[in-house]
Amino acid sequence: MLNDLFPNVDWEMMWEATRETIYMTAVSTLLTFILGLVLGIVLFLTSPTQLWANKIVNVLTGSFVNIFRSIPFIILVILLIPFTKFLLGTIRGANAALPALIIGAAPFYARMVLIALREIDKGVIEAARSMGAKTWTIIWKVLIPESLPALISGITVTAVALVGYTAMAGVIGAGGLGNLAFMDGFQRSRNDVTLVATILVLIIVFIIQFIGDFITSKTDKR
Amino acid sequence: MIQLENVVKKYKTANGYLTAVNDVNLSINDGEIFGIIGYSGAGKSTMIRLLNGLEKPTSGKVIVNGQNISAIRGKELRNARHKISMIFQHFNLLWSRTVEENIAFPLEIAGISKAERQKRVLELIELVGLKGREKSYPSQLSGGQKQRVGIARALANDPEVLLCDEATSALDPETTDAILDLLVSINEKLGLTIVLITHEMHVIRKICHRVAVMEAGKIVERGNVLEVFQSPKAEITQKFVSQVTETAGHKESISQMLEDYPNDQLIKLFFVGSKTEQPVISQLIREFNVDVNIVHGNISPTKSGPYGTLIVRIVGDTDHVAKAIQYLDVQGIKSEVINNAE
Ligand SMILES: Nc1ncnc2c1ncn2[C@@H]1O[C@H](COP(=O)(O)OP(=O)(O)O)[C@@H](O)[C@H]1O
Ligand SMILES: [Mg+2]
Repeated sequence: MLNDLFPNVDWEMMWEATRETIYMTAVSTLLTFILGLVLGIVLFLTSPTQLWANKIVNVLTGSFVNIFRSIPFIILVILLIPFTKFLLGTIRGANAALPALIIGAAPFYARMVLIALREIDKGVIEAARSMGAKTWTIIWKVLIPESLPALISGITVTAVALVGYTAMAGVIGAGGLGNLAFMDGFQRSRNDVTLVATILVLIIVFIIQFIGDFITSKTDKR
Repeated sequence: MIQLENVVKKYKTANGYLTAVNDVNLSINDGEIFGIIGYSGAGKSTMIRLLNGLEKPTSGKVIVNGQNISAIRGKELRNARHKISMIFQHFNLLWSRTVEENIAFPLEIAGISKAERQKRVLELIELVGLKGREKSYPSQLSGGQKQRVGIARALANDPEVLLCDEATSALDPETTDAILDLLVSINEKLGLTIVLITHEMHVIRKICHRVAVMEAGKIVERGNVLEVFQSPKAEITQKFVSQVTETAGHKESISQMLEDYPNDQLIKLFFVGSKTEQPVISQLIREFNVDVNIVHGNISPTKSGPYGTLIVRIVGDTDHVAKAIQYLDVQGIKSEVINNAE
């Protein structure tokens, strides 16, 4: 029956492309979370009056974040071709998309981390200091837990954006549903292939959003 | 013992330096409850934050538990802070942790084992009267309960000094009294030194042994709470004292009296300690052939005994009235003729 509705869809290939999209999104989300969190915490702690107040580091990190946040993703992919080639030896396939995905998304997420950390009550950090906590303890036991709902809703938004980025990366050969929709659907005028790929992307986005919202509300005890 | 020697704290601001603490010398004895009172912006928070090294003095020395807090840093300072804990106006609990996890936090910082932590948390919950609320999150507690968690957390590592920064200022009067009672019982049971800052004389009156009055970064008056109540010297101190001795409508009723009876003497009497319990007024009437009308009366119990004021109108011969006042003086009751409502 499905084959009557979508005569041109090769389900084997569609499933393969879906797995590639999920793989690219999952790995890049994980690494974006780690890199963005580190950048966001550095930005926060080096800002004036904070524990590591340091103008130089703050300005440097801030500039890095702002520049990479502003470069359109498709241009970033092209700019990163030599870097990717050096790193992985190829610019084709799901793994080749990862550097661009992470470098594109991590600054975006770092900004959200910074905003989340600024929302933490200053008094709570001060209380931890008054108990003799090390900065490391403050990061692990105060900053991250106290901003967790915002960190999770931020990574949810970022993951959804990353699904979109994987589709764009797909157009230049990284595989996944975007690649399939473009190569097999658009260029060969097989609209049913494009339609199915689109529905699958939407399902992935909805699942991410659902999981993100669920964890956000579970962790919020305010 | 806590000792501040010539302590100055300046902040750099957009329009030059601001002196928040200006050449303060102070010593606080072991085991006492010492209050610092002043209006907002007087420099109280800055001063108390110097005591645990959250701020470093611009010059001068801060010594707590024999350690020069202003000179140590890093691990040494962090360890010192285990013994100088602090509670806050807005409690500053971690909303992501339950009551028991909040109380365990300073124990985790101090590297206490899990089994030990659990045991200690149970004791503390019992001590501050939070049994049954162990698994609650701060958002599920009232202000008074939150401050109890704050106190339990502050006591976790057996501190020698407890610093209280406006610890009751966000609470209603009844809850304030309950928290103050808890602080007194802790002070008596555990023998720790309590330094508290406030802008409410009620707090000082209720639990402090000694008090320092702060204005614009300086200590303008200090002494035993009872003495300060009895004879406040600085103008600001007098204002604070009247916070607890004068009730609403007090001034109005006095000016009304002065207007209605311009020929009679209106006199304010000060009773201290056991004098508050003696039948002085009835003796006055019996022995001096005068009438005494009571205009206003007030007794404030303080940590070192009760303190009372009584405003009376004495009616009689000028001669008899003068003798009566003399008698009061001999009895050790200070008196003051009131000429205007201020
Ligand atoms: N970190 C800071 N930077 C600049 N000025 C400050 C800082 N902290 C406090 N001050 C200033 O120092 C003065 C005393 O403040 P504070 O100690 O908080 O007073 P209080 O607790 O008695 O209300 C105020 O004028 C305040 O604006
Ligand atoms: Mg203050």
